[in-house]
Amino acid sequence: MILPLRLEAVSFLDVIKPLSLELAAGPSTIILGANGAGKSVLMRLMHGLLPPSAGTITWSSNGRQAMVFQRPVMLRRSALDNVIYALRVAGVAAAERPAMDALKEVGLAELAHRPARVLSGGEQQRLALARAWALHPEVLFLDEPTASLDPSAAREIENIIRAFDAAGTKIVMATHNLGQARRLADEVIYLHQGRVLERTPVAEFFSKPATAEAAAFIKGELPWA
Amino acid sequence: MKDIFLDLRLWEIVALSLQVSLSAVVLATALGLPLGAAVAVGRFPGRHALIVLLNALMGLPPVVVGLVVYLLLSRAGPLGELGLLFTPAAMVVAQTVLITPIIAALTRQAIEDAWREYEEQLRSLGASRMSAALTLVWDTRFSLLTAVLAGLGRASAEVGAVMIVGGNIDGVTRVMTTTIALETSKGDLPLALGLGVVLIAMVLVINAAAMVIKEAAQRRYG
Repeated sequence: MILPLRLEAVSFLDVIKPLSLELAAGPSTIILGANGAGKSVLMRLMHGLLPPSAGTITWSSNGRQAMVFQRPVMLRRSALDNVIYALRVAGVAAAERPAMDALKEVGLAELAHRPARVLSGGEQQRLALARAWALHPEVLFLDEPTASLDPSAAREIENIIRAFDAAGTKIVMATHNLGQARRLADEVIYLHQGRVLERTPVAEFFSKPATAEAAAFIKGELPWA
Repeated sequence: MKDIFLDLRLWEIVALSLQVSLSAVVLATALGLPLGAAVAVGRFPGRHALIVLLNALMGLPPVVVGLVVYLLLSRAGPLGELGLLFTPAAMVVAQTVLITPIIAALTRQAIEDAWREYEEQLRSLGASRMSAALTLVWDTRFSLLTAVLAGLGRASAEVGAVMIVGGNIDGVTRVMTTTIALETSKGDLPLALGLGVVLIAMVLVINAAAMVIKEAAQRRYG
């Protein structure tokens, strides 16, 4: 197991103020916060795409983790080859079968041989999830995966995220969509101006938020302090 | 004027031109493509200076390249032993020097733009810089084709470098551009004009083909 993930006194420029956090296997963690709160940066720090300005980030062991971005980048090749590429980079030699299985899982089997870049936004995001699915990651980071999708495409993405959860992958997702947080979260980390203001089970977060900022965010008021 | 295209001499000159310029393009691509990709994706001291240098070298004056290669290959020069001066091989060397910076600079630009788009995704998947660079070369292959054809256009149109290192020897190193220069000064306009027409037609066909391929690829692969 690569979890728990420990962040100790981690900061990044002045976007993330020094914070300590531990993420354990199991519950789906949703990072909530307004635009500019530092959600994306925090996820990138955890995933290893950004080096922290200070502090340490430690995984318990080596293992697979994957990330799905708001706007997935598709390589100029077929949908199937995009998944195969991810598997090859991860060192899987016989990649074709698992790649096809992953496409089936997200409902893209019929489009396997289409060029990935001509797929619709929702299909591309499902393909990004297939690319992650094929790797069987222990942790999946999702950065606002439905922010640029219509509601029905967003629902499909949420269903796939649930399937990851059911398969034992730890979900860590950033969103500013409260409904989505309610539907998918077990626990909420509320981020405000680079600080973790709250970390609570989802029901508690919505029923009795502990801070005025979180309460205002839930009510839909942008908490400009 | 019509008879000029039935002249075997003309087609021999065209064939030699193509042979020289295509060889130079193959060599310059082998050098310039990896160089451009490495500069685009790599991070090393002096990178910015190298980019400025590559961009500046795109405008290298052919006669200066010809002069430098002449000095290198002349009997007293460091590579004089090879006996390449006034041979088609010398012309290939000169044109390779001339167009490698063009292909490298255009490749660097195309791949750096793609890298900006792909970087997070490729790093997230765990691709090394080397394998990321290869992925980007493959994914920008149709843009890179344009870079290579820009090199071919430059090579086949220049006259200064091949004139100096080739010597414009009849039947040996006489190519389209040097023939045009010579025949015009001699007053033999039909051959000069005929070659001019062939040269322009060639450049047109190459560029049209590049555009068709690129647009078809865009439609097909997005």
